[in-house]
Amino acid sequence: MSEYIIQVDNLVKKYGQLVAVDHISFNVSPGEIFGFLGPNGAGKTTTINILCTLARPTSGKAILNGFDVVHQQNQVRHSIGLVFQDSSLDDRLTALYNMRFHAMVYNVPASVREERIEQVLKMVDLWDRRKKVVRTFSGGMKRRLELARGLLHYPKVLFLDEPTLGLDPQTRNHIWEYVLQLQKREGTTVFLTTHYMDEAEKATRIAIIDHGKLVAIDTPANLKRMVGKDIVTLRTDDNARAADEIRSRYRTEVRPEGDQLTFTVANGEEFLPPFIKDFSIKIASISLRHPTLEDVFLKLTGREIRDHGIGDSFIAQFRPRGGRMPGPPH
Amino acid sequence: MMMNNLLGVYTIWYRDVLRFWQDKTRMLSAILFPLFFLFIFGSGLRGSIGMMGGGVDFIQFMYPGIIGMSVLMGSFMSGVSIVWDREFGFLKEVLVAPISRISVALGRTLGAATVATIQGVMILVLAPVVKVSLTVWMVLALLPLMFLLSASMGSLGILLASRIKSTEAFQAIMQMLMFPMMFLSGVFFPVNDLPAWMSFIVKINPASYGVATIRAVMMGNPPENPFTIYLFGHAMSIWENIIIMAVFGFIMSILAMWSFGRQE
Repeated sequence: MSEYIIQVDNLVKKYGQLVAVDHISFNVSPGEIFGFLGPNGAGKTTTINILCTLARPTSGKAILNGFDVVHQQNQVRHSIGLVFQDSSLDDRLTALYNMRFHAMVYNVPASVREERIEQVLKMVDLWDRRKKVVRTFSGGMKRRLELARGLLHYPKVLFLDEPTLGLDPQTRNHIWEYVLQLQKREGTTVFLTTHYMDEAEKATRIAIIDHGKLVAIDTPANLKRMVGKDIVTLRTDDNARAADEIRSRYRTEVRPEGDQLTFTVANGEEFLPPFIKDFSIKIASISLRHPTLEDVFLKLTGREIRDHGIGDSFIAQFRPRGGRMPGPPH
Repeated sequence: MMMNNLLGVYTIWYRDVLRFWQDKTRMLSAILFPLFFLFIFGSGLRGSIGMMGGGVDFIQFMYPGIIGMSVLMGSFMSGVSIVWDREFGFLKEVLVAPISRISVALGRTLGAATVATIQGVMILVLAPVVKVSLTVWMVLALLPLMFLLSASMGSLGILLASRIKSTEAFQAIMQMLMFPMMFLSGVFFPVNDLPAWMSFIVKINPASYGVATIRAVMMGNPPENPFTIYLFGHAMSIWENIIIMAVFGFIMSILAMWSFGRQE
């Protein structure tokens, strides 16, 4: 068997004229948290569907846990657990029956079935509600139940397709605790798609896909290094003169942004103290920000990752960006 | 592998039965709807129609038909529930599970047939109320007949559900199919003395043979029975009816498994 848990080689999926997945190749090592990012319609879901045997590739090859996703569907299905963004629970049955159903179709031996159900339900704090009909559960509880169900047969690869979309921050944190715990303890490989950049940061490696093509694949740190330097934003008493001074002294491009100026420098933390001391114009506010995955995404695809949904943009506005320097608010 | 798939069939079957068992509203409507037809139509028309051939009154005539009808309705639910599962996402859990699509389709067919048979039995319990006497042998003969009828109709529902993806379209087609199949199967009136076009539909309607069989078991099958179906001038016997139902059911279940297995 190969050293990789997932091997994708020149994968293509066409729907009529539309090429949803266009010659994608990548490998995932066991125990990785592999992030899959891309705008809506970029081919993320199609790729996942092929890997979970829900869709057949037009051409190319995908091997999961040593099994071919086209010719060894049952073995592949045994190897994977899934948490979809839309619920796939039977909401007319109780949590316990949903788990039992899953255990039976995945052939979890009857001798350990109840014990394991108890274990995963306790992990997601739903053991007390096991006899309640799923219809009565909140969105967060349903997602937790789905996660527990996805883990019941000890999958080698856990697919999480937008696992925390629309959930409150507290529940999101909880779900991530469970996932990380599991990845550490069992060495489960996690294959993740998400719109939340702070979640993507948890990935060991990230693949960015756009128009069906893979445009980048690397660790979050390396991807951010690709965008380059740190971003300084400041407001002064006289922005025009300030811009001139920055340009002539530091030989860098300055862009006005509202009543503020932004420019990029390498190694911002060391740059700022002397800059503030030496600058001749009075600075009203200044902040430093490291490039985020959002910047990477914007640079590689020319698009914001979140281009939809009022609810999403609401959350985005109130989400603090990483790496902000302590200083006066702007 | 074989054991695995058998367990899969059993699990899918078990879920269908469990869901029915836990859904008391559905169970109640499965009893009330046919009864509603039996007593409203029966009592309303009994006076004007009077005695039917063979010395039975209209309610007693309709009663076996109503059993057939409740079995038909129950088995159509198999298709409806697949479309619901698709709508609510549960179908994805089933399709990505490590059991073959054929076992899923088979489990669904058997589940639907079991539920439909239970619904038929619930109506059967009312036999004393409509003054129909049942023997143990009759009940033992009716059980497999109801199961056969509902399994073949259930396969038809699964076949349609695997092809038609939208809930609205499926419901529209279901109603277009279900009501003619119900009304033109001999549930409400004898099928012998009908205008040619109606008689034609009755004869190509597979449900007619199921209803005729159930009625023949419950009311006996004298040679000059007014309820017998004539195919090309030949009076169909019970066994011939059963063979038609079985052949139809066999073809439908093969098509259903094939079609369900192919969907992405």
